[in-house]
Amino acid sequence: MAKVEHKPKGQSTLSDERLHELFREMLLIRRFEEKVEERFRAGELPGFLHVAIGQEAVASGVMAALEPDDVIASTHRAHGHTIAKGTHVNAIMAELYGKVEGCSGGYGGSMHLYDVEKGNLGANAVVGGGFPAIVGAALTFQFRKQPRIGVAFFGDGATNTGTFHESLNLAQLWKVPAVFVLEMNGWAESTPISQHSPITDFSQRAVAFGMKSIDADGQDVEAVHAAMTEAREHAVSGKGPVFLNVRTYRLVGHYIGDPQVYREKAEIEELRETKDPIELLRARLELSDEDFASLDTELTAIVEASVEFAKAGTDPRPEDALKYVYA
Amino acid sequence: MPELTYREAVRDALSSAMREDEDVFIMGEDIAEMGGSMGVTQGMLDEFGPERVRNTPISEMAIVGTGIGAAMQGMRPVVEIMYQDFLTLSMEQLVNQAAKHRTMSGGQLKVPLTIRTQGGAGWSPGAQHAQQLESWFVHVPGLKVVFPSTPEDVRGLLWTSIYDDNPVIFFEHRLLYPLKGEVPETIEPIELGKARVMREGKDVTVVAIGRMVPEALQAADDAEKEGISVEVIDPRTLLPLDEHAIVASVKKTTRCVTAHEAVTRGGFGAELAAVVQAGAFDYLDAPIERVGAKFAPLAFAPAMEQWVVPHAADVLEAVKRTVARA
Repeated sequence: MAKVEHKPKGQSTLSDERLHELFREMLLIRRFEEKVEERFRAGELPGFLHVAIGQEAVASGVMAALEPDDVIASTHRAHGHTIAKGTHVNAIMAELYGKVEGCSGGYGGSMHLYDVEKGNLGANAVVGGGFPAIVGAALTFQFRKQPRIGVAFFGDGATNTGTFHESLNLAQLWKVPAVFVLEMNGWAESTPISQHSPITDFSQRAVAFGMKSIDADGQDVEAVHAAMTEAREHAVSGKGPVFLNVRTYRLVGHYIGDPQVYREKAEIEELRETKDPIELLRARLELSDEDFASLDTELTAIVEASVEFAKAGTDPRPEDALKYVYA
Repeated sequence: MPELTYREAVRDALSSAMREDEDVFIMGEDIAEMGGSMGVTQGMLDEFGPERVRNTPISEMAIVGTGIGAAMQGMRPVVEIMYQDFLTLSMEQLVNQAAKHRTMSGGQLKVPLTIRTQGGAGWSPGAQHAQQLESWFVHVPGLKVVFPSTPEDVRGLLWTSIYDDNPVIFFEHRLLYPLKGEVPETIEPIELGKARVMREGKDVTVVAIGRMVPEALQAADDAEKEGISVEVIDPRTLLPLDEHAIVASVKKTTRCVTAHEAVTRGGFGAELAAVVQAGAFDYLDAPIERVGAKFAPLAFAPAMEQWVVPHAADVLEAVKRTVARA
């Protein structure tokens, strides 16, 4: 079993009980993603899908530090964020099957998971597309003097987009309560940082705008939670937005079925040995094999039930495609 | 009835909405101290303060996108894109985000955002400050497109656009800003999707938008001297479009000319022609004529610029061609 390599940087306020809850959530995300891979390969899921295997601790650690009223904008790799923000796996799986019971009513799909009631303003399939809306949401919280924040998730590839620079500049200029969470997995699809950025420390880009930046180990849920807690406190107190520079690892391809010709098989295997956030937390919690197996069985059943729920769901009427073009 | 310029009418709609409703605010480049590059927002900073009259960096994606985010939280932002040429910089946010959030969320979200912009030729701004791009946005489900030509319409339609729960691209024409016209004592909201018959006639229908509305009215005056009776219709909103009013007019006159300052090819006139042929094919006595700019990036020298964009004389010629057919 892998050893815990990184201690939380900040002071984690998570109780053992809460940590167990987060372990459960991270394992639920993992089992959900594995089931999605399986059902996609079985030909049951339309479209194309990106799973967040390896990045579970970022979703769970960030969301654990938020209040229910805080809002997020997610990315094309959205399943984990959406589960951690509180959407039931049934509603997500039903969305992936294109059913009315889906969290976007079958209108969105994997890359457009929404749950506005839970504060999820939507996953965005345009890299960098979600930044400015989070600035606008945060501006509204500032206008209305509400103690809420907006959180934008993105990868290292997105730091090369125009919206990234325009949005971070504006957010810092207006000191809106926003946190920009970089999930730095080292890949823009198949393109490594060496081919997409002249720098590897992306916090420099935030610092260039005068923005506070906090580093966190994205494979350590306590570290992510501690960093996000500090970031939220800074943002909500009116001191301005924060850049959360989270190093994480994508332990799978860009999309399901990606043969990953661009990286060595041995590298992936090594990362799976040493950087799996679930194994790291399992070691930290010293879970017995029996306890783990019991939890795993329970979560596997929940995920299996979500597939049954989705398959039994309602197919939308074709003509309802026009239903929400205008409010 | 009081008289306002087109510019004052825009300002009056913005200021009235902001007085009544704290969810309405404006942001854009140079709109605060300077009062906007066209002077539309002059004095508004003094009345409403820098929180609600927000100068922005030159960041069109962020201007539109921040407006989207605020709108999704229930605000009614009115953002200004200084020249419609710069809408090109914000296209991703307009086309992929503003227009699609409602559908992609299965109806959970709405985006009550107004994007004001202006442009137009006639003062030698060169190729990057004079385009008319309204037809691009008519192609995008989820957006609404408004392009008024009179002070009364610009005021009433801007009010309605602000209170519409959808993203509205609101086009103003630079050369219309000084135009004076009577307006109602208090703002009367004008429903989107209702055309206005600017002048009644019986021989030819001219469907004109923006600056080409006054040009078409001039052409109608000139045609009258030659015994041709021209009806001029201003759709005022291109999306939604009052197809019924246009088709009904052409059924009456049996001839149709479309007129806009944008280039003719792929312009809104093509959509109007399709609407008319589908709705009034058996009534037509002549091919539908399209008046628009010639197909070239707009040249700077006044002689070239004036030759490329259409004027009343071009509308008159098109009117005469349709009449000559029958």
